[in-house]
Amino acid sequence: MSILVDKNTRVIVQGLTGKTGTFHTEQALAYFGTKMVGGVHPKKGGEAWSSGVDGTSLPIFASVAEAKEATSADASVIYVPPAGAADAIIEAIEAEIGLIVCITEGIPVLDMVKVKAKLDKSRSRLLGPNCPGVLTPEECKIGIMPGSIFKKGSVGIVSRSGTLTYEAVFQTSNVGLGQTTAVGIGGDPVKGTEFIDVLEMFLADDATKSIIMIGEIGGSAEEDAAQFLIDEAKRGRKKPMVGFIAGRTAPKGRTMGHAGAVVSGGKGGAEDKIAAMEAAGIRVSPSPAQIGKTLVEVLKG
Amino acid sequence: MNIHEYQAKEILKAYGAPVAAGVPLTDAADAEAAAKSLPGPLYVVKSQIHAGGRGKGKFKELGPDAKGGVRLAKSVDEVKANVEEMLGRTLVTKQTGEAGKVVNRLYIEDGADIARELYLSLLVDRSVGRVAFVASTEGGMDIETVAHDTPEKIVTVAIDPDTGVTEADAGQLCEALELQGEARADGMKLFPILYKAFCEKDMSLLEINPLIVLKDGHLRVLDAKVSFDGNSLFRHEDMVALRDLTEEDEKEIEASKHGLAYVALEGNIGCMVNGAGLAMATMDIIKLYGAEPANFLDVGGGASKEKVTAAFKIITADPNVKGILINIFGGIMRCDVIAEGVIAAVKEVGLQVPLVVRLEGTRVAEGKKLISESGLNVIAADDLDDAAQKIVKAVKG
Repeated sequence: MSILVDKNTRVIVQGLTGKTGTFHTEQALAYFGTKMVGGVHPKKGGEAWSSGVDGTSLPIFASVAEAKEATSADASVIYVPPAGAADAIIEAIEAEIGLIVCITEGIPVLDMVKVKAKLDKSRSRLLGPNCPGVLTPEECKIGIMPGSIFKKGSVGIVSRSGTLTYEAVFQTSNVGLGQTTAVGIGGDPVKGTEFIDVLEMFLADDATKSIIMIGEIGGSAEEDAAQFLIDEAKRGRKKPMVGFIAGRTAPKGRTMGHAGAVVSGGKGGAEDKIAAMEAAGIRVSPSPAQIGKTLVEVLKG
Repeated sequence: MNIHEYQAKEILKAYGAPVAAGVPLTDAADAEAAAKSLPGPLYVVKSQIHAGGRGKGKFKELGPDAKGGVRLAKSVDEVKANVEEMLGRTLVTKQTGEAGKVVNRLYIEDGADIARELYLSLLVDRSVGRVAFVASTEGGMDIETVAHDTPEKIVTVAIDPDTGVTEADAGQLCEALELQGEARADGMKLFPILYKAFCEKDMSLLEINPLIVLKDGHLRVLDAKVSFDGNSLFRHEDMVALRDLTEEDEKEIEASKHGLAYVALEGNIGCMVNGAGLAMATMDIIKLYGAEPANFLDVGGGASKEKVTAAFKIITADPNVKGILINIFGGIMRCDVIAEGVIAAVKEVGLQVPLVVRLEGTRVAEGKKLISESGLNVIAADDLDDAAQKIVKAVKG
């Protein structure tokens, strides 16, 4: 089993015809034949996109609604540039796409406030923005994660950071555990999916035997997740977990690359997050290079 | 992006917020004319720097008994004397660090008869994904201290983007700030104005500390701090024009020209990393092995060879840098592009310090091959642990 995506997930691409969309769609098709079923471009409806790698052709539709109607897509991945990305997400919400994955970095935060209001009233789930996507090994790759480092296995991975997701994947592959699904929730302050949502899915997924959660400075999503885990443990739901928090050495008040990574108003510091996670029974690795080994130790007991 | 207090007040004034009359100046010769253009008899001379705590700050060049960075003046002559003393001096506040900031600009403002000092700010409350007001009766103080010591005195009101500030929201804020009579009427008008300014200008923070109740019962914005969402600047050319480059680190200005996320730090190991999380984690692991990072630098996802070259030059231009760690885990970022950029940069500016390179992910084999065939004096690393240990050892000897 896995969460969010599997070999049956049918994916359309908003922003397919651009350089980034093209490159990553080619990569997705090459990854165990992820079911990429079409693209969306308001002015290129009726045309076709073809892969520069193997010549695979995908139909382009003028709208998400049209693409969904024609392809029965369950998911959409968005590579649209920042100025138009929020509208692209809203279009996908209005077309009732079940899973929307927005890779775009740099969307104005107030645009996301508007998106969030619409999202809350919809049935869609949004991953991101500013995230690497989601990948279930040997089944489906949505987004920009490098497929080669994955291995089918038992660890569920959830992270606010793209490249740290890769570290966790790489390390769990190297120690032989592999992954059920890796989910990037993104580095922006206002986003569609939080740790709690993904942890809930991993706890409910029988194939996921352990969980890695990677947070960073800013906000209180890690503290909220820790409280959620404490409450779930009281109900008898608990899985071995390892965590990491990036930004212990970050100066206060400075935004560290990710729009959401800033310690402000005395809140969002790494030490508070680590303490909350440890209180919830998560073993927090002090080193980003020891995440996989730490999990092996936890599993040995 | 931050702006000065006087600029923030100009924006708020244009939206109809109650702001005192004031004149900014950069030349002491203008002090008399500035003061005479105001009603008097009370004036405030305020240092314009991008840092808080100005009132309690101290000027480096003046003695410990000298007054701070915000001063009251009771005559035009007192304004002139204070301007002479403050302009061009270095103000050290708890936010500037020991180096302080040179005061290149002062703001002369009409004085106010204050009855009460309140706190009001707008920000994006990430826990609910909405713009929220934060209000407290404890104005004029450090809000972090208030939040820590008396959290019950802070009230947060999140605004539904579909409705904007409702009567109920504004009423709740009036209650929180204990506004009555004229002040309440002013507040009911002010809150929607501030929300409109915040949203239309894509602010990330609008902080009024203090918002005051004057002795005549009306409200006034006494201090204002505004930051803009860097991601929205593409649609606000007028706001970009307010940027004061003299307030920013030169290396950070250069980095921003190339679209690089860079933060200057105090240590001696320069870092070039892809991804903000990994860039922070790389800083953390350097510290874990006993050294200090010289910077945070995220080259981003789809960086070109030129961008990588620019990043490398910014790192090597920092005289504190005694070693460089390049840590790349390619997803969007291709390892061969990083390698090409680094090789080009080294050919151009040379390499005087040890360089450790760790590559992993997309096109890693091609990237490693390019580096090894380049003849550069590079220390290759297998993984992040190995890389961090090697660079710390190389720098410490």
